[in-house]
Amino acid sequence: MYRQTDIIEDNRDTAQGNFVINVGPQHPATHGVLHLVITLNGETIQKIEPHLGYIHRSIEKMCESLSYRQFIYVTSRMDYLSAHINNHACSLCVEKGLQVEIPPRAQVIRVLMDELTRIASHELWWGAMAMDLGAFTPFFHAFRERETINDIMEETCGARLTMNYMVPGGVMHDIHPNFQKRVKDFMQLYKKKINEYDELVTGNVIFQNRMKGVGVISAEDAVSYGCTGPVARGSGVSSDIRKIYPYEIYDKLEFDEVLETGGDSFARYMVRIREMQQSIRIVEQLIDNIPEGDFMTKTKAVLKLPKGEFYSRVETARGELGVYIVSEGATTPYRIKFRSPGFSNLSILDKMVRGGKIGDLIAAMGTLDLVIPDIDR
Amino acid sequence: MWSLSHITNEIHEWLSSTFNPTWTLIFEMVLAGVAVIGLFAVLGLVLVIMERKVSAWMQIRLGPNRVGPKGILQSTADTIKLMVKEGMTPSGADKFLFNLAPFIAMIVAMLLMAPLAFAKDFQLWDLNIGVLFVSAISSLSVISILMAGWASNNKYSLLGAMRSGAQIVSYELSAGLSVLSIVVLAGSLSVSDIINSQADGWWIFKGHIPAIIAFITFIIAVTAETNRAPFDLAEAESELTAGFHTEYSGMKFALFFLAEYVNVFIVCAIGATLFLGGWMPLHIGSWDGFNHAMDYIPSSIWFFGKTFFLIFLIMWFRWTFPRLRIDQLLNLEWKYLLPISMINLLLITAMAILKWHF
Amino acid sequence: MTNEELKSLISGVLPSATYEEGTEWLTLNMEPTEWPEVAKKLRSDEQLFFDYLFCLTCVDWKTHLTMVYHLSSTKHRQTIVVKSKLDRNKPEIETVSNIWRTAEFHEREVYEMFGVSFLNHPDLRLLILPDGWEGKNPLRKDFEDPVNMIKL
Repeated sequence: MYRQTDIIEDNRDTAQGNFVINVGPQHPATHGVLHLVITLNGETIQKIEPHLGYIHRSIEKMCESLSYRQFIYVTSRMDYLSAHINNHACSLCVEKGLQVEIPPRAQVIRVLMDELTRIASHELWWGAMAMDLGAFTPFFHAFRERETINDIMEETCGARLTMNYMVPGGVMHDIHPNFQKRVKDFMQLYKKKINEYDELVTGNVIFQNRMKGVGVISAEDAVSYGCTGPVARGSGVSSDIRKIYPYEIYDKLEFDEVLETGGDSFARYMVRIREMQQSIRIVEQLIDNIPEGDFMTKTKAVLKLPKGEFYSRVETARGELGVYIVSEGATTPYRIKFRSPGFSNLSILDKMVRGGKIGDLIAAMGTLDLVIPDIDR
Repeated sequence: MWSLSHITNEIHEWLSSTFNPTWTLIFEMVLAGVAVIGLFAVLGLVLVIMERKVSAWMQIRLGPNRVGPKGILQSTADTIKLMVKEGMTPSGADKFLFNLAPFIAMIVAMLLMAPLAFAKDFQLWDLNIGVLFVSAISSLSVISILMAGWASNNKYSLLGAMRSGAQIVSYELSAGLSVLSIVVLAGSLSVSDIINSQADGWWIFKGHIPAIIAFITFIIAVTAETNRAPFDLAEAESELTAGFHTEYSGMKFALFFLAEYVNVFIVCAIGATLFLGGWMPLHIGSWDGFNHAMDYIPSSIWFFGKTFFLIFLIMWFRWTFPRLRIDQLLNLEWKYLLPISMINLLLITAMAILKWHF
Repeated sequence: MTNEELKSLISGVLPSATYEEGTEWLTLNMEPTEWPEVAKKLRSDEQLFFDYLFCLTCVDWKTHLTMVYHLSSTKHRQTIVVKSKLDRNKPEIETVSNIWRTAEFHEREVYEMFGVSFLNHPDLRLLILPDGWEGKNPLRKDFEDPVNMIKL
C-alpha cells in the first residue's frame, strides 16, 4: 500500500529536518487498520495524511447485486458499534421508497434499540479513549456495562454485535418477554455507574490537562469539513438529526440536543458523556410505554422500489449516516451510497492536530471516535 | 532469635574456620553474587505476578489463575517461554549496542542492590556514601534506554528513548533533592546510619510537614524515573507501541522487563529506608512497651512490608491515572517539583540546624 | 421552507437553473462548466447559505455519469440536490473542495471509484484503493474483476 508519491514527499520533508513515521495500519491507538502517515519535527506534528482502504470491502458495489432485503445485513458490518442504527437507516430508506408506514410498536422498539446501541457505543468509546490516554482500568469498567447491553440485545435479536434486527416494515421479531424488566434493571444500575465514570476519569487533573485545548475545531470548520455527531456538537454546531429532521417517534420524545462550545477534545468528551444521559432519558420514557400491536407491517416477499432516488438520514453514535438509493424499479438497487460519519470526521484530523504533539494526536483522534470499517465501507 | 544476619554469621564462621581468609572472601563474594542474581530473578517474578493480580483486582477481573495455585506460577511459565524464544535482531540495527543495552539495564539494577539493608545487620556493602552511590548508579539506567532506542533503528524506539532521556535527567533532580533532605536530617550518607537515626521514630513522622512533602516529591520523581505510568512516556503503548523496546524479543526483552520491576523495587526500598525507617520497627518516642512489642516482628518483615506497600502505591498509580504529555511532564518537573523540593530542602536544613524535628 | 419557496428563491439567484420534478428535495440540474459559479452562489448567498455538503457522489448511467451533490444549510435548515451530467469518456468537473472542505476526501473517493477528474483539486490521488488501481474505476457498471467478484 506504500504509494510512490509518499517517497518523494519523504525526501522533501526529511531535507527540512523532519521525519516521517507510519502510525498504523497496526497500531494500538488507531483501533483498527487505519494508516496515518505523520510528518514530525521532533515531537511536533507537521502533517497527517490518512491512507485508507485496508478494510475496504466495497459494500456499495456489493449492494448493487443484493436485493432490498439482503443488503441491510451487509450494512451491519460498516459501523459495527451501531449496527442497529445502520440497519435502521437502510430500512427507513427502503420504507420511504415503498411508502409503507410501520406500526407504532415497531417504531418504539426501533428507537429503544437505537438508544441502547448508542449507550453501548459511547461506553466502548469511553473505555478506549481512556486507554489511549494510558489509563487501562476504565476500559474494563466500561465493558462491564456494555456486556449487559449486549446480553439484552442477544436475548431479543439473537446476536451481540451485528444484530440485523430491523427489516423493511418493522423489526424482525417481537421483543423477548424479559426485555423490559432487564432494561429497567440495567437503567437503575447504569445511572449510578455513570457518576462513577466522572469520578474515575472526568475529574482527573491529568486527564483534563490532556484534553483541554487539544484538537480545537471551530464551528465554521466543523460545518465545512462535514463533521457531524458529537464532533460537530462539541464545537457548538447543532447537528442532531433526531432533532432537526426527526424520524420515527423522536419528535414526540423529550430529550435535549447536547451542545458544548469548547470545540476541543474535552468538549467532545463531555458531549458523549451527556449524550449517554440523554439516551437514558429516552429509554426511560419508552420502556414502560411500548404500545401493543404488530411489530411489522406485512410487505411483499420480493421488494421492488419504484424508479427514483431515496435518501434517509439518521443519527448514529458517530454522527449523520446517510443512505442514498438510486432505483431503476428492479429488485436490486441501481446504486447505493452510504454517507458515513467517520469518513467526513476523519478529514478534519490533519487540521485539528497540526502543530500538536504525538500525545495530542492520540487524544484528538480518540475523541473523533473513528470506526475504521465505517470509514472504508 | 532466628534472623537473616544469624544465617550469614553462621556461614561466615564456617567458611573462616574451613578456609584461609582470601578464599573465605572469594567464596563470600560468589555467594553474594549468586544471591543478588537469585533475588533479581525472584523479585522480577514476584513483582510481575503481583502487578497482574493488583491490576486484575482493580479492573474487576480474576487475573492469571491457571498455572499453579491461584496462578502464582504464571510469571515463571512466561519467563521460561521468553527464554526459549528466539531473540531477533533487526537487520538495520547496530548489533553490538542493541545486544548490550539490556545487559546494562540489568547490571545497573543489580549494582543498586549493594547498599540496601534488607534486615538488621544484613547488607551487602555498608559503604559510607550509600545514598550517593544509589543516586549515581541509578542515573546510568538512562544510558541503556538511549542505547536500546538508538541501536534499534526504529523511529518509535528513538522517540521513546529521547523522551526517556529528557524525563530521567529531569526527575533525577527532585529525587536527589528529596533524598538530600533526609540526608540533612540524619546527618549521614550511609544507609545504616540513616536507619539507626530512625530508632525513635521514622523521618516521615519526625520531620513534620517538610518530610511529608519530600516523601511525596520522592514518590512522584521515582515513578517518573522508573518510567512507570503515569510517566511511562518512554513506552507509551498507545502512542509509540512499546517505545524503546519495540524491537526487542525473547530474553532480551525480558531483561528490560525484569530490570524495570527490580528498579521499582529498589526505589521503593530506598524510599522505605529513608522515610519509613528501612528495617527499623515502628517506634514511637519513649513508649518503651510499645517499642518492645514491635521489636518482636522480624526486621526483614518490616523492610519488605514497607517496600511492598510503596510498590503497591506505585502500581495503584499505574492502573488509575492517564499518561501525561511530554511537555506537561517536563513542566511538572521544572516548574513545580524542582522549586518545591528546593524550598523544602531549605526548610529542612533550617529545621535540622534549629533541631525542630523530634 | 417548502420546495416551491426555495425554488423561487434560487431562481432569483440562478435564473438559468432547471429543476427535476417529483423529488423529495428540490433538485437542480446544471452543466459541469457552470458548477463553480453555481456552487459559490449557493454557498455565499445569505438567503440560501448552503454551508454543509453532506453527500457527494456519482452515479454511472452507462451512457453518462452524474455527479450528485447534497447540500444543506445549517442556518435555514433547507436541503437541495444538485446534479451534473458528465461525459463518460472524459469526465471532468471543477472541484468544490475550496468551498466545502469535506469535498476533498469525497472527491478523491469519486475519482478512484468512477474516474472523474476534479480540476484544480489540491491532492487528487487514490485514497482507498492501493497502488496500480488508477483508471480501473471499480464502481462503474462495466467494471470486471473475474478473480475477486462473484456474480450473483
